[in-house]
Amino acid sequence: MERLAWLVPALTLTAWALILLLGKRLPGKGAPVGILAVAAGWVISLGILARVIGGGDVYHLRGEWAPFASGFSIPIGITVDGLAAVLLVVVTTISLLVQVYSVGYMRGDKRYVLYFANLSLFTSGMLIVVLADNLLFLLVGWEIMGVCSYFLIGHWWEDQANARAAIKAFLVTRVGDIGFLLGIFVFFWAAKSFDIERIVAGVESGAISGHTVTLGAVLLFCGAIGKSGQFPLHVWLPDAMAGPTPVSALIHAATMVAAGVFLVARMFPVFEASGIAMNEIAVIASITMLIAALLALVQDDIKRVLAYSTVSQLAYMMAGLGVGGYEAGVFHLFTHAFFKALLFLAAGSLIHAVHSNDMSKMGGLARVMPWTFWTFTIGALALAGIFPLAGFWSKDEILTEAWNLGFGTPAEHVATSQGIAQIVFVTGLVTAFLTAFYVARMLWLTFAGSYRGAGEPHERDGFLLLPLVVLAAGAALAGLVGSPLVGENNFGAWIATPQLPTHGAVVLNWGLAAAATAVAALGIGLGWRLYRGGLPEREYLEALPLVYKTLQRKFFLDDLYEQGIVRLVVGALAPATYWVDQRVIDGAVNGTAIGTRQLARGLRHLQTGQAQWYAAALFVGVVGLVVVVSQVIGR
Amino acid sequence: MPLLYPLVFAAFLFSAGVYGVLARRNAVMVLMSVELMLNAVNVNLVAFNAYLKDQLLAGQVFALFVVAVAAAEVGIGLAIVLLIFRNRETVNIDEVDLLRW
Repeated sequence: MERLAWLVPALTLTAWALILLLGKRLPGKGAPVGILAVAAGWVISLGILARVIGGGDVYHLRGEWAPFASGFSIPIGITVDGLAAVLLVVVTTISLLVQVYSVGYMRGDKRYVLYFANLSLFTSGMLIVVLADNLLFLLVGWEIMGVCSYFLIGHWWEDQANARAAIKAFLVTRVGDIGFLLGIFVFFWAAKSFDIERIVAGVESGAISGHTVTLGAVLLFCGAIGKSGQFPLHVWLPDAMAGPTPVSALIHAATMVAAGVFLVARMFPVFEASGIAMNEIAVIASITMLIAALLALVQDDIKRVLAYSTVSQLAYMMAGLGVGGYEAGVFHLFTHAFFKALLFLAAGSLIHAVHSNDMSKMGGLARVMPWTFWTFTIGALALAGIFPLAGFWSKDEILTEAWNLGFGTPAEHVATSQGIAQIVFVTGLVTAFLTAFYVARMLWLTFAGSYRGAGEPHERDGFLLLPLVVLAAGAALAGLVGSPLVGENNFGAWIATPQLPTHGAVVLNWGLAAAATAVAALGIGLGWRLYRGGLPEREYLEALPLVYKTLQRKFFLDDLYEQGIVRLVVGALAPATYWVDQRVIDGAVNGTAIGTRQLARGLRHLQTGQAQWYAAALFVGVVGLVVVVSQVIGR
Repeated sequence: MPLLYPLVFAAFLFSAGVYGVLARRNAVMVLMSVELMLNAVNVNLVAFNAYLKDQLLAGQVFALFVVAVAAAEVGIGLAIVLLIFRNRETVNIDEVDLLRW
């Protein structure tokens, strides 16, 4: 089955090409083509996962992309191991459901065909990242996603704000990508190879010096910061809500933002070899999860709440990885994909019914939209980490890892320092509380009380509801694969790779789990207490004007970038570049032309038409030539 | 006869030709001056042939070639002059300056 792994991205790429080229002539305007392609990929992925669970070997397919005469060659190839298999299933599942959902959600859109083509390409990009066995090929998928996110976020580009959000997403992630590219160069320089296995082998054997590893790992993590929306490059993610809601689900659950976490997981032995890199990951993740959760408290746009919650949860995964919890981090990536996709799609269903993103225009929707209500609630509780839903298991595994490292007896292989693990644990707990609180606020604002919007909202067709139900099942049950109730560390065994044999089962600490659940329950209780009556006249936080203002302005980060960077570029750098281009570059070209013309304008007067003048010039020339030649040859 | 005599003679002849080509306005006179220059060259060729005692008589043969070519040239040149005169009613070479800027 894993021999077919290359087919998974190949199928979606083919679908992309077909939809783009034939578009409207295909049945259903191309949507069924994309759905069929990813469905076939989904079946193959399940088969591969079954093999991996059964203890199959790591499968490699290697080839040369661009061989050079000097013997150097740019490789292309795929690795199918447990990590890739799990991610394949996640990506194809979410992509399949999102595409089915989109049939209903995007019906009648004027760029329907292009939309489905881009979804297929987007999925292909992520699949390439998941399967790539070398960093260069991974970068290809990485950049495909970058450009697709630009297309899809700016899908409704007629609205200036959407176009700006697309540009912002593209440029901000690009900042991180520069670091990523430099990191690839560092490892290529050190290991003389792009191959991930060889780089990892080089790091583990000590062939690559410690400083080089640290430098490369920190640079690679820059890419993850950009793609996975970590502080300080998280600013693009909330704005990316400008895209259609299914796209948000795809970006936030399966593709794009998951790529950064996946990169860290894929290169985990490299990160693990560097204490500085691990500490950096843990610190960045702690900052991100806290500020994102705080920002989610004051959002009125339901998609923005979810966006900040994604940033916060991605930071949770990063934190898990940062404290050495490879399984914990990937497990949270796995469960998060289900409940976040569910939340976005359910939110899309609400938005479709209410025609607004604003929660102050919702309320009382539980009665009229029962399917959406129940599925959304399952997703929200999973996000808050309530037993026994998916988020509970993965979140507590991360907290357990942080606790073990910070306060218990850490395993020897972990390079993160204890103090930082303690910070991670505390912020993780605080974030769990904040998460539960904003989830509760979101739930009561949308579903409780009376309807505050216009029109009569009601459930839409089955294309919207079917994915919700499937994902609700996933959000409820996905956590069980890693739960100690079902067996000893199943998930850890799945994603173990030759470089990363399972680090010994993470024993879920029931005391910690109880504490975390209590914190979450406290958050939900507080949310219920404050928001059960529907929309308050004033947000409670407005009592603290300074705090409220800071949160409203997103910790002034956007202002900082706007004033500091954008203004500098737009106000000074861009005009200067334009001036240089117009005056210096174009000036040189035009100057040559103008100079030639002026010279010719003067010289053409020599062409008098008087044959005798020409003859005279000829004679003078000959005489001159004779004089010169005789002078030269004569001596 | 020393070589110097024919060479000096040819130089005078050539100079006269150059003067005629550059200074005369009448196209027929210009053509005749060209003939003078050609014949100066012929004198040189024959003189050097005699001086070098060339067994193959290359100088003389070449002079004959030049005479033949000159005849052809005059034939064409006069035909052009005739056509110019028909068109423009002048044979003044400084008035025929269509090919100018």
